[in-house]
Amino acid sequence: MKYTRHVFCLMAALGLAACSDEGSKTAASAELIVKLGHAAPMTGPQAHLGKDNENGVRLAIDELNANPPVIGGKPVKFELLSEDDQADPRIATTVAQKFVDEKVHAIVGHLNSGTTIPASRIYADAKIPQISPSATNVRYTQQGFKNAFRVMANDAQQGSVLGKFAVGEMQAKTIAIIDDRTAYGQGLADEFEKAAVAAGATIVGHEFTTDKSTDFTAILTKIKGLNADLLFYGGMDAQAAPMVKQMRTLGLTLPLLGGDGINTAEFMSLAGAAAEGVTSSLPGVPLDSMPHGTEFRQKFESKYGQIQLYAPYCYDAVMVLAAAIKKADSIEPATFLPAIAATQHDGVTSQIRFDDKGDLVGGAITLYRIENGKWKTLTTIQ
Amino acid sequence: MDIFVQQLFNGIILGSIYALIALGYTMVYGILGLINFAHGEVVMIGAMVTITLLRILVEMNTGLPAAALVALAITTALPLCALLGFTLERVAYRPLRNAPRLSPLITAIGLSIILQNLAMIIWGRNYAPFPPILDTTPWKILGAAITPLQVVIVILAVAIMAGLWLLIGRTRKGRAMRAVAQNPNAARLMGVNVDGIISLTFVLGSSLGCIAGVMVAANYGQAHATMGFMLGLKAFAAAVLGGIGNLAGAMIGGLLLGLIESFGAGYIGDLTGGFLGSQYQDVFAFLVLILVLVFRPSGLMGERVAERA
Repeated sequence: MKYTRHVFCLMAALGLAACSDEGSKTAASAELIVKLGHAAPMTGPQAHLGKDNENGVRLAIDELNANPPVIGGKPVKFELLSEDDQADPRIATTVAQKFVDEKVHAIVGHLNSGTTIPASRIYADAKIPQISPSATNVRYTQQGFKNAFRVMANDAQQGSVLGKFAVGEMQAKTIAIIDDRTAYGQGLADEFEKAAVAAGATIVGHEFTTDKSTDFTAILTKIKGLNADLLFYGGMDAQAAPMVKQMRTLGLTLPLLGGDGINTAEFMSLAGAAAEGVTSSLPGVPLDSMPHGTEFRQKFESKYGQIQLYAPYCYDAVMVLAAAIKKADSIEPATFLPAIAATQHDGVTSQIRFDDKGDLVGGAITLYRIENGKWKTLTTIQ
Repeated sequence: MDIFVQQLFNGIILGSIYALIALGYTMVYGILGLINFAHGEVVMIGAMVTITLLRILVEMNTGLPAAALVALAITTALPLCALLGFTLERVAYRPLRNAPRLSPLITAIGLSIILQNLAMIIWGRNYAPFPPILDTTPWKILGAAITPLQVVIVILAVAIMAGLWLLIGRTRKGRAMRAVAQNPNAARLMGVNVDGIISLTFVLGSSLGCIAGVMVAANYGQAHATMGFMLGLKAFAAAVLGGIGNLAGAMIGGLLLGLIESFGAGYIGDLTGGFLGSQYQDVFAFLVLILVLVFRPSGLMGERVAERA
């Protein structure tokens, strides 16, 4: 009895598979389907950022589908396959394999450096073009993969700007560092440390936490005894917010400096009054001072509400892919991959061009500080 | 010196929260021999419900003092959490009471995942900020900073633990709970309503969890659908450290774990001459746990009990 039921299930499944196969064939005769894979944490402590990324991709895809490019006389329809990588490197590789099995044409993702790097090997083996909107760890593009790109300045660029800024404008001579032991946090903190030391500062302490912690009182108390002029945090907003609150409660008055991970609206709403004076950087120039920035903000916010962080970068990543597909006049990844490498795209976030590694060329970095409950632009460093 | 006192305070505050949550694990374990992994999620739901109510109350502009608003929100959230604990036991654990021990354990893990995702559907993926109505200006005691809220957290935790101690040690209900823990069948023969007592245990444990959740949310200023996982894990470790099933053990284990974490992160670098840093904070805490279990397999306060059939 059990056996027959299994056989029946199998037959039903095969039947379904056959049907869906036929379905896509008939659709394919009318239009070309481009499957875009998108991966980010949709659950867990960074789910708000993951959803923001997905919305950025979705906005771009909706726009493309409303006015589809035509390849070989057929309109191209973009399809979004979105997966949750839980910001976990192990799950990211499972997700990546799933995308490969689904034969997606290109990947926008992942969000974190820690997930992007292990997943990139799988995409490279399958020769699927990958554009990460937000992985900034240097290693991602240094693996020699021809298919890996990013539309954001990397940690070497960002860390060096932050290090110089801490020592120069913020006049810090002694600096304490905390990082969250993720590929992103650690990478950024290390690049920052290098640049700060090169600019003449002394690192008086380097403490560690995790990307899931909320209690930092122990390490902050330790830092309190170190007489630092500035605290640098390599990590994300959900940790930085309670961290800055605990700093102020413990009587640590030194300024907090961080990277793009804390440059969010969420950080401000969580940290409240304690957020005043916190400085952070974000690759690219400020959204509102870009030719298409205000327009993007209006489009995005009318549909999905406030932009968290990387949505514009995701939007750009999709548009870069679409432009390459148009230019190569093909939806075959092998054919449009060279067109991505030769991208000249007037994006929302910047003029997008890639160097031979797949890094963004000449990425500007802008520094922001919270004043009166708003991220105010300090300066843009080219 | 003031650094030392500050680390001591940090440890006690963190430890009293761990202790309150650990009590929820240990009470259920003491009576059912079940590790209720969904307890961390009850803590999270307590925090989320309180924040939601508090936001509504703040918007109503009642003019009441902040402490009264928080108390009002907690008194509404408390029965909800108690009801949740009651429902979990009634729906998920009671049907499995005579099943192999693994089944309720797996059920508990499943419930934890369900509740986490349910919370994400209800409250969204974003962090819920605790309305900034409480005074966070710290007091200076012996050169260390402690906020009024943190003082309240420690006092309230101690008071609740003392109350629970009295309830279980001195009242008829408490005696019934101890009887069920010792031998449910004999207790039933003596006229104890075993199902009622088990429900009561879940209700009590969940209420403690709810209060702990509010403490966490108020102290750290935020709550999230996934916050219960780490907290639950730490509190479970605290319960094991103290001797799972033992009330005093949970309290002491919680406090100890808090202190170990805080002193570990603060001094491990100096103790090892910079060889190990604060990245070994958790390693250090669990190393102590392992060492304790090597020498006292039933935990610090746990008694060696015969395996129940």
